[in-house]
Amino acid sequence: MTLIRRDLLERGFSLGALTLLTGCDLSDSNAVQSVLAKFSAWNDRVQAALFSPDRLAPTFPESDAVKDFRYNAWYGREQAPSLDAADYRLLLSGRIADKRPWTVEQLHALPQETQITRHVCVEGWSMIGKWTGTPLRIFLQRVGADLTARYVGFECADGYYEGIDMPTALHPQTLMAFKLADEILPREHGYPFKLRIPTKLGFKNPKFVTTIYVTDKEPRGYWPDRGYNWFSGS
Amino acid sequence: MSEPGVQTHAVAVRIGHWVMAFAILVMIGSGWRIYNAEPILPFRFPDWATLGGDVEAALARHGDPGVATALAWHFAGMWLLLASYLLLILWGVFSGHFRRDFLPVGPRSFLRDFLAAARFRLPHRLGEYNAVQRAFYWAVLTAIAVMIVSGIAIWKPVQTYPLELLFGGFQGARIVHFVAMCGIVLFLCVHLALVALVPSTLRAMVFGRSGHAVAATRMVEKTQ
Repeated sequence: MTLIRRDLLERGFSLGALTLLTGCDLSDSNAVQSVLAKFSAWNDRVQAALFSPDRLAPTFPESDAVKDFRYNAWYGREQAPSLDAADYRLLLSGRIADKRPWTVEQLHALPQETQITRHVCVEGWSMIGKWTGTPLRIFLQRVGADLTARYVGFECADGYYEGIDMPTALHPQTLMAFKLADEILPREHGYPFKLRIPTKLGFKNPKFVTTIYVTDKEPRGYWPDRGYNWFSGS
Repeated sequence: MSEPGVQTHAVAVRIGHWVMAFAILVMIGSGWRIYNAEPILPFRFPDWATLGGDVEAALARHGDPGVATALAWHFAGMWLLLASYLLLILWGVFSGHFRRDFLPVGPRSFLRDFLAAARFRLPHRLGEYNAVQRAFYWAVLTAIAVMIVSGIAIWKPVQTYPLELLFGGFQGARIVHFVAMCGIVLFLCVHLALVALVPSTLRAMVFGRSGHAVAATRMVEKTQ
């Protein structure tokens, strides 16, 4: 190998670094996307292994809880669906014994508890809120869901959809939240209820839930379908 | 490890260095894009300097400012960074590379070499690290460790709680992660400027050896 060729090689290295820095096209190539997807699937497994069903998310004093909780969605606050308690029915499907739909009144009659936990958004911001509702675990037991199934999925009135692993669904802090800051859940935050899962990133907390299903097939997720990590635990 | 005037790098160091160089560029580029989604200071990094695909296309597709791909890069790059970091640290400790080349480094020798360098009177001797270089390598290795630990605290604030308290909470961990990034970028600028000044160091990091030990160079040329 001659010294000239060495020099060329060395310049090649710096060129490679430059291309990487301006790597717009690189990121959009199918080959790169497929490698990144493989890493993301690997990270799903790592996170499932890291997840401890007994470890509680930190809770905070009431003084830390924010009253005016940040609104976040891909559409504006005024476009958030407005669900009417008179018409609303929560539908159940999949591996659930009792699939009768639930009214808001029936949901509110379930045993409830309150938690002050932190919502961590995938964008990087975080906010502490006071949430009141029914542990999803209690609801799933009540309707005779197959708790040996692998996943629980959610469909929402705004076209959103998400899904979580069964260990997270059974986690004691995973709530069907009916209240925020002691008030009935405001419309834009997901009335009649949203999933409040402090062991997941914010986008794994679906609002306006209209269907809950239990399945062994990994449920799709709105943002995971758009390239975000599926497990997204915190 | 080297004879005077000759710079050599073990294969482990070279692999660790280049994997880490790639990983760090990925982490910085994607990190800047992730930062842009929720800046902690009143500025954003220009899109061209960030990693994560075409912003306009992602925005048009589903209102996502290309953060999904940036996060995917970041959480793939972290494994490369961790692997190369462990390789370099373990090799540095167990081969004696750290003890031989990066120690000792004291405040007095640092000050002496720093003042000399500031007046452009610090000659570069291939195969030898002056006190400023030594201090810089320790500093960047520390910054990367801080980066990894604060990154884990941000990635898994619940599962690793109370790790974030080490940084003053979740937001504190984000700030520390940002500051450590600035330190690493600063190191990169100085590092690349010095490589530009003494290009033979780059040859050693690519091919394992460079320098002016004449006999040795001839031998290498002949065998190739």
